[in-house]
Parts: sequence; C-alpha cells; structure tokens
Amino acid sequence: MTPGTEVKSAPAGPGEDGPRPLRSAALAAAWRNMKGTRSLALVVLLVLLAVFGAAYPDNFLTAYNLRSVAIEAASYCVLAIGMTFVMTTGGIDLSVGSVLIFSGVVGVKVMSALGGEGPLTLFAGLVTTMATGLAWGVLNGLLVTKAKLPPLIATLATLSAAGGGALVLTNGLDLRGVPDSLVSGLGFGRFLGIPYTVWLAIGLTIAGAIVLGLTRFGTYTRTIGSNVEAARRAGVAVDRHLIKVYALCGLLAGIAAYVNLARFSTTTVGGHTGDNLQAIVATVLGGTSLFGGVGSVLGTAFGSLIPAVLSNGLVIIGLQPFWQQVAVGAVLAGVVYVDHVNRRRRTLR
Amino acid sequence: MSTPSPADPAPTGPAPAGTASVGPAPHGATALATPVLELSGIVKSYGQVQALRGAALTVYPGEVVALVGDNGAGKSTTIKVISGVIQPDAGEIRVDGRPVTIPDPIAARRLGIETVYQDLALAPDLDPAENLFLGREIMRPGLLGKLGFLDRKAMRAKADEAFGSLGVGIQDTAAQVVTMSGGQRQGIAVGRAVNWADRVLLMDEPTAALGVVQTERVGQLIQRVRSSGVAVVLISHNLPFVFEYADRIEVLRLGQRVARLSGATATSENVLGAMTGALTFEDASDPALTPADSEEQS
Repeated sequence: MTPGTEVKSAPAGPGEDGPRPLRSAALAAAWRNMKGTRSLALVVLLVLLAVFGAAYPDNFLTAYNLRSVAIEAASYCVLAIGMTFVMTTGGIDLSVGSVLIFSGVVGVKVMSALGGEGPLTLFAGLVTTMATGLAWGVLNGLLVTKAKLPPLIATLATLSAAGGGALVLTNGLDLRGVPDSLVSGLGFGRFLGIPYTVWLAIGLTIAGAIVLGLTRFGTYTRTIGSNVEAARRAGVAVDRHLIKVYALCGLLAGIAAYVNLARFSTTTVGGHTGDNLQAIVATVLGGTSLFGGVGSVLGTAFGSLIPAVLSNGLVIIGLQPFWQQVAVGAVLAGVVYVDHVNRRRRTLR
Repeated sequence: MSTPSPADPAPTGPAPAGTASVGPAPHGATALATPVLELSGIVKSYGQVQALRGAALTVYPGEVVALVGDNGAGKSTTIKVISGVIQPDAGEIRVDGRPVTIPDPIAARRLGIETVYQDLALAPDLDPAENLFLGREIMRPGLLGKLGFLDRKAMRAKADEAFGSLGVGIQDTAAQVVTMSGGQRQGIAVGRAVNWADRVLLMDEPTAALGVVQTERVGQLIQRVRSSGVAVVLISHNLPFVFEYADRIEVLRLGQRVARLSGATATSENVLGAMTGALTFEDASDPALTPADSEEQS
C-alpha cells in the first residue's frame, strides 16, 4: 500500500459525514483492486499506442483503424469479463473460444430454421446462443465443483468437446444463413461513431465492474479465490457460487458468439482457437491475479485492448501478424511472474 | 440427562453444591446457572483411530474454560464437534440445558457459538469489514439490496465500532487484511467471532503465532468477552497463558476428560500430570472433585 491509497481511504474510516465515505470507500476499494497490474496494462497500452502511432501515424491513428482495433478488443473484452470472474475465484476457463463457436452454430441453426430477417428471429438467435453458452458454463461449474476436477482439466475437456461438437453439427463446414439484418445492425451499426459491439462491451464492462465490486456476488467471488476454507466456514455456499461464476462465463461466451455471428456473418468454426489465451492475457494484464482473490473488470477492459493493438500495429509496421502470438505469450509469462513475486513477497511479510 | 453416560457431569436442574466447587465461579451467580454448553459421552472415530472416547466438557455462562491436553488428546476434534465441522458418532450436546445437534458451521452460529480457528479463516484479499460480515453481509435497503448490493457504509461503520470496542487497533479499515500484521489479523479474527458470539466463543490456539505483547492483547480480549457474559473455551499449549486467563481447566487425555481443575489453584504439576497420565483422578467427571481434592490425591 502506498501512502496515497491510505490517504484516499482515510475519510471512510471513522464514519464521517453523509454519502461521501461510501463513495470514497467504494472508489478506494475499486482503486485498490485496479492498482498494480492495471497501471501496468495502461502503461503497456500507452507505450504500444505511442510506438505504433509515432511510427505510422497516417495508418495507425485513423478513425477507421482505431475503430477496427476497438471492435477486435470488444470481442476479447466480452470473453475476458467472464474470465475475470472465474480467475478471481482462483479458477480458469479454457473453453470460452470453443463455447463461442458451438453457441454460434446452434444460434445459426435456430435462426435458419425460423427463417426471415425479423426481430423475432434475431431475438431467438440471441436467446439460443446465450442459453447454449450458459449450459456449457453450468457444465464447467458442475465438473469443477461436483466432479472435483481441477478447473484447468475440466475446461480443457469442454474446450475439446464443444469444439468437436461444433464440427459435428456443421460437418466441419461453416454455416451460412446469418440474417443480413443482424450483420448490418449489430455487426456494422454505429452510434455516435462508435460501433454497437463496442458499446455492448462498454456496457458489459460497467455492469461487470459493479457486480464484482459492489454486490454480495462479487464479494463471494473474491472470498472464494482468497480463502475458500474461510468462505466455507462462514457459511458461503461455495459450490453453488462457483457454478454460477462458470455459468456467467459461459453466458458471456454465448453473447460473444452472437457478436461474432454479426461481425463475420458465419460461424467461423475453424477460428477462435486462441481466444481463451487472449482473454486470459487481457484479464491478467488488467490486474486480476491468476491465484485468485483479486479481480478488476475495468482493468480487464484495458487489458483486452492490448492484444488487439498488438496484432493491428504489427501488421501496420510490416511485421508478420504471427508475431502477435509470440508477443502475447511473452507478455503473459511476464505479467504472471510479476504477480507471483508480488504474492510471495506479501505472504512473507 | 437422558443418556446416563459415565462422563455425565452435574445434573442441569438443581445445581448441587458440587457444581459450585468446580470452579471459582467468576461472577458469583453463574455458579448456580445451567451450563451454557455441555458435551457428554462424545465418541468420534476416524477409521481405526478413536479420536474421542466419551469426551465431555462443561462450560458455564461467562467463564473462561481452558481445554488442555497433549497432542492427539482430542482437543481439536472436540472443537470441531462443537463448531459443527464434524459430526460425532455418539454422545450428547446440550446448549442451555437443551439437547441440540450441530450438523454444520451455520447451525453452530445460530446457537451463538463462534469459533476462532487456528488458521484464523480470514480472506486475506478482503478488508476487515468484509471479513467481519462474511456470510452475514448487510444489504442496501429496498430494491438495490434485493439485487445483491452491499451496504458498505453500514458494514464499515459497524466494523469500526466492533473493532474499536474490542481495542483491536486497525488504522486503515479499507486496507486488505494481507497488508496487516499477525497481531492485527488475530485481532480481526477474534473480533469477528466476538462480535457474533452470544453464548460461547471457541478459540483454537489463539496465541500460537503471537509475540508477548500480542499474546497479552488476546488475553485482554478474552477478559472483555467474559465480562460481556459470553463463555470462552480456550485451547492452548501455552500453560502460563492458560493459568493467567482461565477460570477453570479441563484436561483431555486419549479422548476422555481426565481432570477438571480450578484455574486459581491448579498447578502446572497436576495439569501436566493429568495430561500425561502420570496423575490419575479417580473420576474426573465427578463434579465434587475439587481442586483441593486433586491436590490431596497427588
């Protein structure tokens, strides 16, 4: 804790006047949650923007390019919000990319079966993708809590199963039949110059930050990651809560699936293999600890911009885009190392 | 007493003279009271190992009872039975004279029994107020509360009040517990248990990791809890600490109660003797066994 933090939270201490302590306490708590690696995410982000911006201002700093970076980051962000909750409990969800594909496939099948371009068809598609993602998430939760599989193995299993299932349902060929109204609406529509998909990510980020920071659900999520035995002894229904958290992550993957359909107007069954890693990187860069107990949805939103900026900027610089994967791997290892060292220093106090 | 077990202590009803002689009766009137917590004939086996073989424990309102015994005597198992972490195979638990079952930790809490675990059971990434209210959060009034929003302001104010009244010094109640010293963490764990306990406070090795000053502070906390009328059951290897703060000492050996001594007159000689089996007390469950008797026997 730096002195700055303590000064900031001091007014909340002895129960002073009116609504101010509440707000400053909440802010202080939020700030504390985000501090540390979140500032790292911001620094990395600003450095990347400065480097790419300075090198190729005419290509990089255009409204069009920044918009496409934001759209890319928005899809990572939706997945990474769910990942933030899961990782705050000390777990991990490797299956998000596969669940996204599977949910998208089911969504397209339902929308094709209903036919048409009307809002009812679109709504049915949304409900289907969300419900399918939710179901996979519940399965992950059950595997982790009831079958007592380590989260890494449980979600590796569903990663494989959902990915394979999507190929079975489509015979390995991408499905067409995404309604054009969905593509032109959610896919390409804008409000105030900002794409709908980005607005969606912003909205989900705010909602996620509120849930994690201000509600009992969020407190239990952090408690389980911090000391699961303490949670149990305090009467927290740990298994039920974990199932809810994995279900939330699956639900968000379902929403991301719908966005994915709108963006690409197809099911992209061959893609999204690296989505789990991107979401984990975004989450860890944003200040959520791989070891649980600490999480920040706002940090995750910043963190999800980094892989997007990297892949975009590397292309503009003229390097092969594959370098992005190398860079992401290096960043992940580095950030987790820093987190690990911080944790160990803390416990040795 | 429905089950006439050999370990049966004094009947709860008329409270005979023998009961009074058991302890120094710290607050006078409690000598005549029904035990706030009474275990009798508790049996617990783990596979082949019998951890408790008819263990007993009697706790009167507002007294500090130390439960001592060598490693493997069954102290921790007894605590776990009372706090609902494990279920005994046989035996009876009475709270205020009524037989009860304690199937889980929540049931123990509902009975006003709180536990300070040896590992403290704090969530290090949460702040003291969040730890204090863990599982018992204060929600915002109205719709926001129904949606799961916490009333952090109220929780923090009450936490300040609770820790303040117990003399637990926490400068920054918004800081994570992990940033605090061992003594402060202990204070938070004790403060949490004290805040919610209205019958019995169980403390498992509360001084195990503490320095001299912090140990004394825990002792002061125990005295404050007792003066609020809540009984304290203290498990400790720290015999000087036990002698200083316990009103009575009950000794467990090989899963059974083997001695009940008054803290004022017990000597480390007869406590150690009872713990190791070097001294035998003819019937430790006999409430007429006074400290004077036991000294005569030795």
